[in-house]
Amino acid sequence: MSRAKSVFIGTLTLALVASLASGVTPADPIRIGYVDPLSGPFAATGENGLKQFRFAADAINRAGGVLGRQIEIVPFDNKVSPQESLIQLKKVIGEGIHFVFQGNSSGVAHAISDAVLKHNERNADNRILYLNYSAVDPALTNEKCHFWHFRFDAHADMKMAALTDVIKANTKIRKIYIIGQDYSFGKAVAEAAVSMLGKKRPDIQIVGNELHPIGKVKDFSPYVQKIIASGADAVITGNWGADMVNLAKGANEAGLKAPFYTYYAASDGVTAAIGAAGVDRIRLVHESHPGNPSPPKMVGDYIAAYKKLNPNNDINQPRIHTGLNMLVLAIKRAGTTDVDKVAMALEGMEWTTLSGDHVVMRKDDHQLLMPIYISVHTNKSITYDYDNSGFGLSLESKVEREMATQPAACKMDRPT
Amino acid sequence: MLELVLFSLLNGLVFATLLFMLSSGLTLIFGMMGVLNFAHAGFYMLGAYFAYTLTGYLGFWPALVVAPLLVGLLGAAVERYGLRRVHRFGHLAELIFTFGVAVVIEEVVQLAWGRTAKSYEVPALLDFPLFRLFRTSFPAYKAFMLLVSVGIFVFLFAILTRTRAGLIIQASLTHPGMVAMLGHDVPRVFMLVFGTGSALAGLAGVIAGPVLGTFPGMAQVLGTIVFVVVVIGGLGSLTGAFAASLLIAIVQTFAVALDVSLSSALATVGLRMSAGGMLQDLWKVTIAQVAPIMPYLLLVLILVVRPTGLFGTRET
Repeated sequence: MSRAKSVFIGTLTLALVASLASGVTPADPIRIGYVDPLSGPFAATGENGLKQFRFAADAINRAGGVLGRQIEIVPFDNKVSPQESLIQLKKVIGEGIHFVFQGNSSGVAHAISDAVLKHNERNADNRILYLNYSAVDPALTNEKCHFWHFRFDAHADMKMAALTDVIKANTKIRKIYIIGQDYSFGKAVAEAAVSMLGKKRPDIQIVGNELHPIGKVKDFSPYVQKIIASGADAVITGNWGADMVNLAKGANEAGLKAPFYTYYAASDGVTAAIGAAGVDRIRLVHESHPGNPSPPKMVGDYIAAYKKLNPNNDINQPRIHTGLNMLVLAIKRAGTTDVDKVAMALEGMEWTTLSGDHVVMRKDDHQLLMPIYISVHTNKSITYDYDNSGFGLSLESKVEREMATQPAACKMDRPT
Repeated sequence: MLELVLFSLLNGLVFATLLFMLSSGLTLIFGMMGVLNFAHAGFYMLGAYFAYTLTGYLGFWPALVVAPLLVGLLGAAVERYGLRRVHRFGHLAELIFTFGVAVVIEEVVQLAWGRTAKSYEVPALLDFPLFRLFRTSFPAYKAFMLLVSVGIFVFLFAILTRTRAGLIIQASLTHPGMVAMLGHDVPRVFMLVFGTGSALAGLAGVIAGPVLGTFPGMAQVLGTIVFVVVVIGGLGSLTGAFAASLLIAIVQTFAVALDVSLSSALATVGLRMSAGGMLQDLWKVTIAQVAPIMPYLLLVLILVVRPTGLFGTRET
């Protein structure tokens, strides 16, 4: 108790010192927190995300920054743990940072979102803005939405709607197995899959609906065995990071031939793990042109420039570019780093992504409305591969923004 | 169904032998020195990382031999220059010392190799399906893991029970004073056993790295479960470690395959749970979902029913 208290007072003092020290001279950079895993089973995803943020930030800084100031990405390692994230968030606040990006794990996102809401309600003069670039549990912009949370990725239901459309068209699929990580996002994927398949293809039988502990399973053989035993002829999974790499490894080892419909089965080691066994079999739903075949020029140039600096990483989250640039534009339009004013500027903001898509930040629930792409894992006509493996994603179909939009179900209080 | 049982059994067996390779060293060291070696899983991790680096220079096969030897030497050095000095301050000091070594190993690994997972892959020679039964194939590498582990088990058992060195080791376990009186260098025996135990852990790391992943958290992942194995088997008992490894691996593998929940189990005997209610989540949790905590449940159960472990002779 007394220790917690002293830590709290320490944080307060730090915050005070930091607030006195920063924001005085115009040359100070605008610091933007990045709270994501930089160690543990999801470190590969977090590290690559950080590199993509820094790459996007460098481009913005070369173009003169914003309000005459540079921007700086400050990383905080949360080990994908909600508890650890709250500690890191305290640090963020303590260092006088007002903008926080986080994306990996909706479990973490809920914790941060709640904490940001509480903090902002109590500290009207020292608010923070939570910019979610990847946590896609629909609840974050629906029942749990609030004014200081913005999401730059299509949520799980939007993506599942696109995936189930593809499944709907494939009449060969009769039995589907759903496997996911045991937390809010995995559950959201499973729920959406069951309800949407029920409407679009009532003849499809769900032969398995499995949740495994997140980041704990190293050998997926028992799970793959179960999938094979179920006789499934397609698998849906929301797995990401090490859980996707290991699932792909297990499936390859056991010779599982069923097609996979996934959210994150590419890059950060996953593409290399899938390899030749997954060609034309693994599909992925995402937010941007995958770079193959014949990408828009902006996408190609961006990937090439990034690969030059980071030969071992890939641009697998173009939404990072979108999110950071939209924030910077909002700061520019607001003419200040005042969180409430920046948030107001973000509401309804339109932006053209690298892929040339017009996206809109919906005012009602702070969900970015965007088209959705479905791509397949292959090595045919791949210009920009992932994991330097020779394999990559090739675009198969695109759902336009208007079609991908889902109704808003958010009631939020705005600051007056 | 047959397919599921057969392959679950095979996968369980592979995992079991891996667990045994780790726990055999740990249980021997405990039996001898009376100290739980917290750094044991650290040596397992070092094995995987050494092999990863050596594979780049020498190839997989030389690395398979060299990496465990290096880890063994390191283990022996830790015993000779660390543990032996700490020994006279009692068990608590030794315990804290091994704990410290574990932390140091983890930090050094992160410093030297970084915090992200390394792409330490199955060697090309073994990267093919060994056989295909029904709809499932069994990878050759897993068969290789099984072979190496069984080979080590037979080798270890033969040394301990059939050779003079084994005789001295066994005697040192229970009567170190007497063995020293007979003119044997007991501290040297301790160092050898500690080194061999570490080398075994290193070997487990070398062969498990490509399958279970080579990353800084790998020691923690297996570290806890190895302690469970040693305690369930009975501290200091090699047979116990073997039985417990089998038990835990099989239980964990098969638990994943079972989609039975409390509510469905009760339904078969005619009891229906209402869909709502406060504990509805608890009723719906399947055995598959709790598979990863099964070993710990087993641990608690064993400690309550038989505190000495399955084959142990002393209280844990």
